[in-house]
Amino acid sequence: MKCAGVFRRVEPYLYLLPTIVGLLLFSAGAVAASFALSFTQWDIVTPPRWIGWDNYVSLVHSDFFWEVVRHTLTFAVLAVPSSVLAALALALLVNAGLRGIAFFRTVYFLPVVSSMIAVALVWSWIFNPRYGLLNTLLHLLFGIQGPAWLDDTTWALPAMVIVTVWKGLGYSMVIFLAGLQNIPADLYHAATLDGAGAWRRFRHITLPLLSPTTFFVLVITLINAFQVFEQTYVLTKGGPANSTVTLSYYVYQNAFQFFQMGRAAAVSYVLFALLFGVTLLQFRLQRRWVYYG
Amino acid sequence: MGRRVRTLFRYLLLGAVAMLMVGPFLWMVSTSMMDQSDIFRYPPRWLPPGFTLKNYRAIMDVLPLGRMFLNSFTIAVSATCGQLVSCALAAYAFARMRFRGRSFLYFALLATMMIPPQVTMIPVFLIMRFLGWIDTLYALIVPAFFGGAFGTFLLRQFFATIPVDLEDAARIDGCGRFRIFWTIVLPLSRPALVTLALFTFMAYWNDLLGPVIYLSSVEKATLTIGLANLQSGAMTTRYDLLMAGSVLSVLPILVLFVAGQRWFVRGIAMTGLRE
Repeated sequence: MKCAGVFRRVEPYLYLLPTIVGLLLFSAGAVAASFALSFTQWDIVTPPRWIGWDNYVSLVHSDFFWEVVRHTLTFAVLAVPSSVLAALALALLVNAGLRGIAFFRTVYFLPVVSSMIAVALVWSWIFNPRYGLLNTLLHLLFGIQGPAWLDDTTWALPAMVIVTVWKGLGYSMVIFLAGLQNIPADLYHAATLDGAGAWRRFRHITLPLLSPTTFFVLVITLINAFQVFEQTYVLTKGGPANSTVTLSYYVYQNAFQFFQMGRAAAVSYVLFALLFGVTLLQFRLQRRWVYYG
Repeated sequence: MGRRVRTLFRYLLLGAVAMLMVGPFLWMVSTSMMDQSDIFRYPPRWLPPGFTLKNYRAIMDVLPLGRMFLNSFTIAVSATCGQLVSCALAAYAFARMRFRGRSFLYFALLATMMIPPQVTMIPVFLIMRFLGWIDTLYALIVPAFFGGAFGTFLLRQFFATIPVDLEDAARIDGCGRFRIFWTIVLPLSRPALVTLALFTFMAYWNDLLGPVIYLSSVEKATLTIGLANLQSGAMTTRYDLLMAGSVLSVLPILVLFVAGQRWFVRGIAMTGLRE
């Protein structure tokens, strides 16, 4: 039965064949190829030319590139904390045995399943400076004349943040909710008996026991914020005056609009490095605040 | 504060947030039923003066909606099949088999979640160009047959919860690995498979980046890229038509979600919790 023995040893790899090919071709291979490409100048028509570090050097010396980095970081700084906090608040709100609560949870999840294109289209209409819903409400409720949003270099990026937070809220809420429901109810009972008020229960039971979930949400929200593409593509195309071009959109522009494949690959590596660095930092810092019981 | 006051307050808050989340959808529907002349009015109208469905007919004249529906559907269904097959096989190997390099491979697979699509999209584009698959649906479908971190992780977590005893009994009876996988593990894993299927379908139905890169001709366009092109083309301010198109593109996925929402929620909760 030598045959059977060999088969048993090979069998796992047969199950994994598609995955391994995919890893080599579409992940590891592509990551390596992208790295090699970043040292070339290539317009996709004529053969690529090796230019060493020139792409990176020219990026560092480009003022616009630093603008793009700044947009990326601004977007993340605006979007990530507000997403996480709002999702946590929402999860606390729906984590109650109220009648009809399932209905609300469903409603809050609707933006998550809808396509970004449909969502962004309706928001671009809502942001319309004169006829849009948002400025109408601002005027009606507070008497303020709202900004031109997507047509205003100051407000276009915050407008994109609003859409991003609104769309992703339900997803993080569900993760938080699962985390909340994993906290043993006994702890709350015991704390109440000891005379702890609502705030102290939240501060000393909910927050520490929820911290692994919070960490997870924080990491994925950040990854998503750095990869923002579809919002930009639909809402602003990077405008007005390039004020919403972020790193991920800049990669797309370089590759498929300017046909500078090498430069695009270099930008993608800067994005990768930045994301990797920030995520690593988060894992380092988690020791200080994440509580694994 | 009395208990009833608190409950009332909670409902008010829930309702306000619900308005915030549903408002844009209602606005979408309302605009889609307005005449073009009623859109640009100040102050805006909340409801159409006369409900009309003509925008829905008009959008079908501008866009080959049937074709686009079919393309989106073909991509989403094929990719879902590809993910189910390739991820289930991999997840079973990771959950139940011992072999050299198992933890390394699993770690490498999970690490790919960290790679921004922007890093891999140029080389993958070149592969597709080499294969002659630019402007074909293959470029979007075929990669789904080569596994994926999310699906493999989700299914592996589920497989790990199935008692091994069942499989051991079958093995003593002389069942091969694959038959055990096919006749015992997969049928027991229906919930996880449904969850993965819904997620994959949704992701591919809603995808815009892929179609933006690969699909250039009208005959190959999906709903997402069709709408995006409509907006960046001549119809930038024809919100009546754009909203009608948006409603049509969102409707199938909303129906799917409402029908299968417990699977969605369970799937997210499952990947969010640590082992």
